[in-house]
Amino acid sequence: MGSPRPDRHYLLRQRDVSGIHQLAVYREHGGYQALQQALEANQPDQLVELTKASGLRGRGGAGFPTGMKWSFLPKDGRARVLVVNADEGEPGTFKDRELMEGNPHQLIEGMIITCFAIGAPESYVYIRGEFLHGYERLTAAIREAEEAGILGERVMGTDFSHRMFVYRGAGAYICGEETALLESLEGKRGNPRSKPPFPAVAGLYGRPTVVNNVETIMNLPPLVLEGADWYRQWGTEKSPGLKVMSVSGHVNRPGNYEVPLDWTLAELIEAAGGVRTGHQVKAVIPGGSSMPCMPASQLDTPIDYESLVQAGSMLGSGGCIVMDETTCMVRAVARVVRFYRNESCGKCTPCREGTFWLTDILDRLERGDGEMSDLDTLLDVSDNINGKAFCALGDAAVGFLVSALKHFREEFVEHITGQRCPLGARQYDTVNH
Amino acid sequence: MSERNWPAEWQEWAEASRATFPNAQSSLMPFLHRVRSQRGWLPPEALDAAADLLGMTRQHVNSVVSFYTLFRSEPTGRRTIHVCLGLSCMMAGADTLMENLEHHLGIAEGQTTRDGAVTLLEAECLAACDLAPAAQVNLVYRGPVAPEAFRELLEMPVPEPEGWVPPSAPEAPEVTNHG
Repeated sequence: MGSPRPDRHYLLRQRDVSGIHQLAVYREHGGYQALQQALEANQPDQLVELTKASGLRGRGGAGFPTGMKWSFLPKDGRARVLVVNADEGEPGTFKDRELMEGNPHQLIEGMIITCFAIGAPESYVYIRGEFLHGYERLTAAIREAEEAGILGERVMGTDFSHRMFVYRGAGAYICGEETALLESLEGKRGNPRSKPPFPAVAGLYGRPTVVNNVETIMNLPPLVLEGADWYRQWGTEKSPGLKVMSVSGHVNRPGNYEVPLDWTLAELIEAAGGVRTGHQVKAVIPGGSSMPCMPASQLDTPIDYESLVQAGSMLGSGGCIVMDETTCMVRAVARVVRFYRNESCGKCTPCREGTFWLTDILDRLERGDGEMSDLDTLLDVSDNINGKAFCALGDAAVGFLVSALKHFREEFVEHITGQRCPLGARQYDTVNH
Repeated sequence: MSERNWPAEWQEWAEASRATFPNAQSSLMPFLHRVRSQRGWLPPEALDAAADLLGMTRQHVNSVVSFYTLFRSEPTGRRTIHVCLGLSCMMAGADTLMENLEHHLGIAEGQTTRDGAVTLLEAECLAACDLAPAAQVNLVYRGPVAPEAFRELLEMPVPEPEGWVPPSAPEAPEVTNHG
């Protein structure tokens, strides 16, 4: 059993306090006290050390230790920039949308604390173009903060000044990749950049840049108020703290759940009301569609970063997709690979061509027109994408496919031998013009 | 400043975008977003205006517009429906929802109704899997939308582009006599 569930929400605070997206309500409930404390009682370095000591790790997907990332910034006197990645697009993940819509001031507060810690006079939120409501909530909150002297010249009467900008994406999954995001923020096509140089050295407009996820940054205010030991009461030594998990698919109560990182997948599914009544779990993708799936026999795996890697998957962005026994794995895989085909930026050959081939073969299998040799071809093409693409999108495209072929190969074979879906999943019937 | 006589609001928006995002070409996408929400899509003259008012080549503007799915450079309906076909939505019946809309409107995904009023598009995961099957109408979320309740997406009130112009009446199909 994992740590007990916290008695309140620290990130999804709108669940406990209605109207907390408004400055007055946020302040009534302790909002911006952490910022005041950070500015008045802390040196920037202390805040970096606090973040390191807490063990907080990036919540966007890679799970890199946040304080460590900040300390990679070169100490050459150049002004730093914070860019918050709010381009949430990983299928199965919907936490940043709810966090920004419901609790935007905590993001702003966390950003200002971070910028004070790293020495950044400017910060940017790159928000997904489809998040119109989130964009409006966030820009309204920034205006409120500016009018209250929390943003702008002399933040809260101190010597620290800060400007914050919100920039909308326009529909491109690849812009969640940090260097593609920076290209897009500079007004270009969202093609990933070569690394090195890493953003810490030459990021936005060539400046030393930190790119952090929304949820990561929102941990800062409670962390400053409560301390690193408080944060470490949840989770494991290497994966401490709370994580907002997005649970969707065949569960009774799909939604976001703020849970300790030492919970098991089974406990998480239980929190989401359990698998659809009358059904059993067949497979779970624990961290968004880029991650390998796990069969029901692995539901006792804790969701911390290390345990999921050991079990052959990854925590990723925390988008947990639960599939019951009615789910056709060939169809599920075909849908996911098709997504990566559509979203490949086309810059490098393995990803651009490979995802097209995979989609073609999977469509054929789904229709019942596949051949046994297709299964080898799928693995061969996957092998020629994995680790050989320019950015992580290529690897992401094949994780679910390869794991599904490992755990559910029989189902792929039945599509070939029976020349149809054994579960009777039907084909999409489009109007033909 | 521009030599062409662009609409006054476009000139204002271009100036505001440049003032907020003075570096690199960062003013381009904020400007395009404002025109897109005014017109519902980006007509060719908007791309000319972007290049002219923001001091960029038209080729650069094209390269950006063609990369992002929300920047559409073909006539688009007053009401744009995005149906999410991501994995969680698919598991909740999104394909049937899309089929119902297609058959009701008499168009395929990617097309616009003959009167130009409704454009039906598939969306990649809309980050609303808790609302599966989810959709957006003019970027306003709706969900869950049961497949048989597809009419909700045609009827729900949403902000519409103020500067949307209906397409000119379709020409009568050309009849060629091959005999």
